[in-house]
Formats: sequence, structure tokens, C-alpha cells
Amino acid sequence: MYTHDVIIVGSGLAGLRAAMELVGRFDVAILTKVYPSRSHSGAAQGGVAAALGNVDGDTPEAHIFDTVKGSDYLGDQDAIEIMCNDAPAAIYEMEKLGCPFSRTGENKIAQRAFGGHSFQRACFSADRTGHALLHTLFEQSMKNAGKLQVYSEWYVTRLIVEDGVARGVVAFDIKTGRLEVFHGKTILFATGGYGRAYQITSNAYANTGDGITAAYRAGVPLMDMEFVQFHPTGLYQHGILLSEAARGEGGYLLNGLGERFMSKYAPSKMELGPRDIVSRSAQTEIDEGRGAGPNKDYVYLDLRHLGKEKLMERLPQIYNLAKDFIGVDAMKNPVPIQPTAHYSMGGIPADNDCQVLADEKGNLVKGFFAAGECSCVSVHGANRLGTNSLLDALVFGRRAGKKLAEVTGGMDWSPVDERKELDAALNEIRALREASGSEDMTSIRSELKNTMTYKAGVYRNGDDLGQAHKKIKELQERFKRAPMADKGNTFNTNMVESLELAHMLEYSELIVAGAIERKESRGAHARKDHPTRDDAGWLKHTMAFKTADGGYELRYKPVRITRFQPQERKY
Amino acid sequence: MAKVTFRIFRYNPDKEQASRYQDYIVSLEPGVTLLNCLNKIKWEIDPTLSYRMSCGSAICGSCAMKVNGHALLACKTQASELVRDGVIQIDPIGNSPVMRDLVVDLEPFWGAFRKVEPYLMPDSRDNPERERLQTAAQFLKIDAATQCIMCAACWSDCNSLEVDNLFYGPAALAKAQRFIYDSRDAKKRDRLVEISKLHGMWDCTHCGECSTRCPTEVKPLARIEEIREAAMAEGVHGNNGARHALAFRETVSKRGLLDENYVPVRSVGFFNIMGLLELLPVGLRMFIRRKNPPIIPHGIDNRKEVRKIFSRQKEFRRD
Repeated sequence: MYTHDVIIVGSGLAGLRAAMELVGRFDVAILTKVYPSRSHSGAAQGGVAAALGNVDGDTPEAHIFDTVKGSDYLGDQDAIEIMCNDAPAAIYEMEKLGCPFSRTGENKIAQRAFGGHSFQRACFSADRTGHALLHTLFEQSMKNAGKLQVYSEWYVTRLIVEDGVARGVVAFDIKTGRLEVFHGKTILFATGGYGRAYQITSNAYANTGDGITAAYRAGVPLMDMEFVQFHPTGLYQHGILLSEAARGEGGYLLNGLGERFMSKYAPSKMELGPRDIVSRSAQTEIDEGRGAGPNKDYVYLDLRHLGKEKLMERLPQIYNLAKDFIGVDAMKNPVPIQPTAHYSMGGIPADNDCQVLADEKGNLVKGFFAAGECSCVSVHGANRLGTNSLLDALVFGRRAGKKLAEVTGGMDWSPVDERKELDAALNEIRALREASGSEDMTSIRSELKNTMTYKAGVYRNGDDLGQAHKKIKELQERFKRAPMADKGNTFNTNMVESLELAHMLEYSELIVAGAIERKESRGAHARKDHPTRDDAGWLKHTMAFKTADGGYELRYKPVRITRFQPQERKY
Repeated sequence: MAKVTFRIFRYNPDKEQASRYQDYIVSLEPGVTLLNCLNKIKWEIDPTLSYRMSCGSAICGSCAMKVNGHALLACKTQASELVRDGVIQIDPIGNSPVMRDLVVDLEPFWGAFRKVEPYLMPDSRDNPERERLQTAAQFLKIDAATQCIMCAACWSDCNSLEVDNLFYGPAALAKAQRFIYDSRDAKKRDRLVEISKLHGMWDCTHCGECSTRCPTEVKPLARIEEIREAAMAEGVHGNNGARHALAFRETVSKRGLLDENYVPVRSVGFFNIMGLLELLPVGLRMFIRRKNPPIIPHGIDNRKEVRKIFSRQKEFRRD
């Protein structure tokens, strides 16, 4: 058994930022199933929002309103206020730590336009902003190497919660297969999103929602799981992200007929409408036969008019991705794109200090924290604005760290029954290893992903969702009869993938369940059979609880509205 | 669709003592990346094949491996470009102990970064309320190095590392450049002194493999050259590497060619008795085998031309 005061699971922006608040004062461990520099925060491209006002008259006030409106009024407004007000300080802090930011003519941090933001608010480092921020924090973790224990390539299988108190996790060392209990006074999950359940996704292979389901299995509810953001500009068939910065810098969206179709859907903002609207617009063009290509199943991102200099200075990664992955020279040809599952608005419910909620009434799971994409605070509501995700991770990672310091200092050790926890984890793994039957993991995974993309995707309806639910139940049963081919201990990625698939099968059901019940269209959740927003019936958060029989129960929690009453959302 | 043989390095310490190659035959669909193919093999043919991957979009650096003898990122490379006589041979990255199949132990690689103190060390007085200012030109000086995704492709194919496993390696030195050239860092000179030591920046042999293999724009060799320039400009000369460079320059600018007697002695230091004694056996062996350069050095005929080149270069630098 390993013992540390604070156990942080996840080494992306939120986890590393929280750790910075704690090193030197507490014995801190970070567990990651990859290496810190491989965390998916690094894939964020376009920018991080903060009303610095370096290029125009932006204010935190405007940022707050844009975010509330962008969330389709499902975001909790007190949390949004905190995030937007803390944003400038969070950016200055990263600059002080050495983050390389692109600069304005006055040598300040450069800022550019982004969808749904009414000012040029996105601070950036070319088109690899997440990478620049992640590596800056990774550098700090190396600076603190003596005070911070990083367990890389450890896979967390269980969260230990007993009598309402989080006490640790069980994890295995992917390198050797060794299973260990990690005992902590406090636990922070910063484990990222769950977009990998979709066939077309910008998410890393690692983004399988393990932390979210581990919490759920330990009795923690999950919030707003039905809200999955689709990014309009995923590279055709690969789903790889082409940053919204491409449109922020002036890129066009064209349909197969060469029309800038956004003029029909968001005439004032055009390509810079919020992601939910732009994704639906692109999908509508494809669905109504105005797509491009032999199957008319994609539209175009056109960057040709930006010119070589701007493209290479501001969007070099976009240019290379299009060239390397589908062989398109973006200077000469428009790039084929389609909407791609991108961001998980839902997750582990947490208060404004990242303390995890035990129920819809506001009771806490003592000692358990969540921050970043795996959490649902909720600052993004039904639809996140571009560049608010890196900000969320930085601001709430920092807040989580501060609150953790306070809570950990005043907390006693709650005992852990090591044998019992190891046995429980072993049994779960053994069930996977010893499964026998004629099913195979690959088909199950691919059927799940296709079901999610085509039945619970950009557009949804009751029939499709019902079929998706049935399909997922069937796949869960079939999975029990899918044997694991690799029984070894050393770097057994087959076992990791099996554990991940079990997670995906579990939370996908909750995405679909929340979507079936929510009979309205709000933000990223667009139902063709209930096309309008219904504030009277549905201005509330979904909370999914695991029941004793292995099923789930949905309850609801009101949205916190402070200053902005819901109004129609037009761009 | 063309059928291609993937010849993949296999090793599983749980089961076997020695490594082997295993062939998998896969039909290449148009547009597939090497990672797509490996996933097809793992998910449809042999789930026991192990390799690292994560983002699938060339930013996380997990999937570096050797293909046909050289390191690359599997996720960003079209498989069709890699076929040689119907075969794609895949090995784990080099200069690293293999753990299983294509997975290597990366600890030595991460360890190298720690040697260069890879974090900003600013002047504590330089602490404005808002951001520190930096010009676009200053940002550009660190733009290349900050693109490193730590994939270890450069580490894999580095020839210096192959003979000296204590060498810092290209990625860590590029990381050092990123701070040495950052206008916000206050420890430039200390950093230069530190990485001028044995196994540091002067132990690179300029073979250029790192820059050839780098899947981003870091191009470590160019960064190493920049740190050497900085060391020269800052007068960090008190080490064999810097003295060697200076000696080289001195003799060539004076005589138009290399004085091979002078360079090693000047590199070690004229008053470094122990160091000079260490040179003795090599010198003696060369003498016995008649490989020693002439004791009295001669020069080339047209030395004026050489000196002109040097003075031009000096002016160029000043500009």
C-alpha cells in the first residue's frame, strides 16, 4: 500500500495545476495512465479565454454573459462568474511560469476571436495553446520533482469511498501488472472527458471516461451526461480536431455547392457562431444532400484566402494535420470536415471549490474532489464555448488545489481495508480476464461507437435513442462473453482496453438515458422530436445515480441563476 | 488493395527470453496511417501486440517507433509511404531498453530533461501585475523549441547517445535552448555553464539525425548550435568543448587548415597536467603507427583568402 496525503488522478492541466498549490505543504502523488506530457489538455489548439482586453475593450462581465448564453442557460451562473473573473489572473500566472504566448504589436499576450465570444478573448500560442500550457505545468512538476511523486502509466481501477468518505484508489502499474492500494486523506479526480465512446471523435484513445465511471461505481452521481459537444470542424473520417481558431482567423465553411452556408443559420456571427449551432448547421447541410464528395458526407473548411503567411504563423498545426492525415494542401484546396465528438460537458458533479456532490441536495462526498473536463461544476451548461475548457481546467484546478490544502490540513486518516480493496479490484479484473465465449471486444467497441455517433450524435430523436439504449444493454451482455486474449502482466494494453471498454459501456448508457428523458433541445442536446428549449420543464441538471441492482435512477437539480434570466438564444 | 507484410519486433519477458519478428499481412486501404494499421492488427488479428498511443493527432508524442530503421510518429505517417518491397519493418525506438514489443523504458529519456533544469527561472524583481512583455521577435526565438512533444524520436536515432548513454540527448538540449533564449529567464549564464559540462551540449557530433527524425519543427541540431553560439557569446569557454571550438577556429583562421597537434592540447588546457597526461597514450600510439600529424605545422598557400572569410563572417555576425 502506498500512502500520500493527497492523491491526484490525472496529469493534465487541472491535475498539474492543483498539485502546484499543494507541493511543499503536503505529500502529493499524481497518478496518470499515460505520462503528463501525453495528457489530452495538450491537444487543445486555439486558445484560452480571458478578458485581458489586450486588443479591444473586453471585460469579465462580457465574458460571463457570453458563457451563460453559450451554455444555453444551463450553466450555473455563480460558477461562471468565478471562472470569468479569475481568468485574467490565471493567464498572468501561466505567463509568469514561462508559458510561451503569441504577442501583440505592443508585446502583450495576443488575443483573437472565437465562436460565441463577443470580443477577441482567446489568448494563444500559435495553434497549440493547450500544448504550451500543459508543458509549462509539466516543467513545474519537474521543478518540484522532490516534493511530488508522479506515478506514470498507472491505471486507476477503483475509487474507495466508505461511509461517505473518500479514502483512496486502487490502481495497477501498467508496466508490471502490479496492483496497489493508494491511501490518501483527500482524492482529486482530474481524469478528462469521455468522448471516446463515439466513432467520430477528436478525443485521444485514452479519453474513455475511466475516472467518471470509477466515481459512479463508488456511489457518486454523474451530472448532465447527455451533453456531449460536437465540434464542427473534425477532419473528415479521422475526427481529428481542426481548431476553431481556423474560423477565428477568418476561415470559411462551405457546402458541396460552394456556399457559405452559415449565412442561413447564424447571419450575424456566421462561422463564429457557438459550436452547437455551427455543428448542427454543418450536419443539416450533409443530411439535406448539400454535402461534398462522392457520398456527400462532408463539408469544407476553406482557408485559402488567408494567405500563406497568416496560415503558417497562426495555424501551422492545422496546415500540417490536413497535409499529413488526408493529403490536402490547405493553401490550395478546401479541407473536408465533419462534426466530431469533442467535449464532455457532463461529469462528476462538484461545487465551486471542486468538492464532489453526493446528491442533488448539495451534500458532499467527504475528501473527494473533481476538476477539469471530468467534472461538472457546471460552467459550460449545455454547450461549452471554445477556449473555455483550458480556462476551466486552470481556474478550477487552482481552486481545487487551494481547497484541498485547506481540507487536507484539517482531516484525519480514515482507515482502508487493504485486503478487501485489493480483492475487489482483483475480482473485477479476473472477471474480464476469465471471460469466455465467442464474442469479441473489437466488434463490441465498434458497434458501441457507431451507435453513439449515429443514434446519439449531433441530432437525436426518441426512436434512435431508444434503439441506442437497447443496443447498449445488448452490448453490455455480450461483453461478459468476450474473452481477453492477453493474460500477461507486462504492459498488457489488451487488459487496459478491456477495462476502458467496460467504462465506455457503462457511461454510454447514462448519456443515452439522460438524452431520452430530456424532452427538449438545449445546447448540444438537439432532439428533432422536441426541437425547442423548454425552460418550464427542463431548466435543470440531470443527476444519474447507480442503484443497488446495478441499474440507474435519474433525479434533477435546479440551475443556479444569479443575474441573467433565460432568453432566446440568437446569433 | 495492396497487401503489405508488417514485420514487427516482438518481445514479451513474461513468456520468452529472446525477441523475434512476427509478420502480419494487412490490406492497405487508401489514406490509412501506420497507427491505423497497427490498431487493425491489434484489434482484428493479434490483441497481444503492445505499443503506446494516445492522441492519434501528432501532439501527445506516444507513438514514436522505428520504421525501416528510423524513428517516426506512427499516427501521422501514411502507411503507403513506408512500404519497401512489400514489407514495413517496425521496431521499438532506439537507445532505450525494451520492456515489451514496441514499448520501451522511457525513464532515461525523462531523466535527461531533469539535467537541464527545464523550467523558467526568472528574476524575482521582474514581476509586473499583468503579463511580462515580450516582443514577437523574442517569442520567435523560442517558438521552435517549445513545439517539442517529447516523443523521443530524436533520442532514438541519436548517434552520440549510442556511444555515450550519459549524453543529454537532443530533446533535453532543445529544452535548454528554450530557456537560454527566453527573454524572461534570468539564468542564461548558469545554464550555459551547467550544460557545457561533459555529456552536455559539446558532446553532440552534428550528425543531424535528430533534426531529420523530429516530427515537429523543433529540429534539435539547430537548437544545439544556437546554445553553442550563446556559450561563445557569453564567454562560457572554460570547458573542453568550447576550447576545442576555439582552437579549431584559431588554427584554421591562422594557417588555413587544422593544426592537429595544437587542437587537442588547447582543448584540454595548456596547464591541465592531468588532462594532458591523458592525451599522452593516444599521441604515442599515433606516433608508433606513424599516424601523427607533422610536428611543425605548415599552412596553405592562400591564407589571406581564409582570413578574409573569417573577417566577413565577423561582420555578418555583428549585423
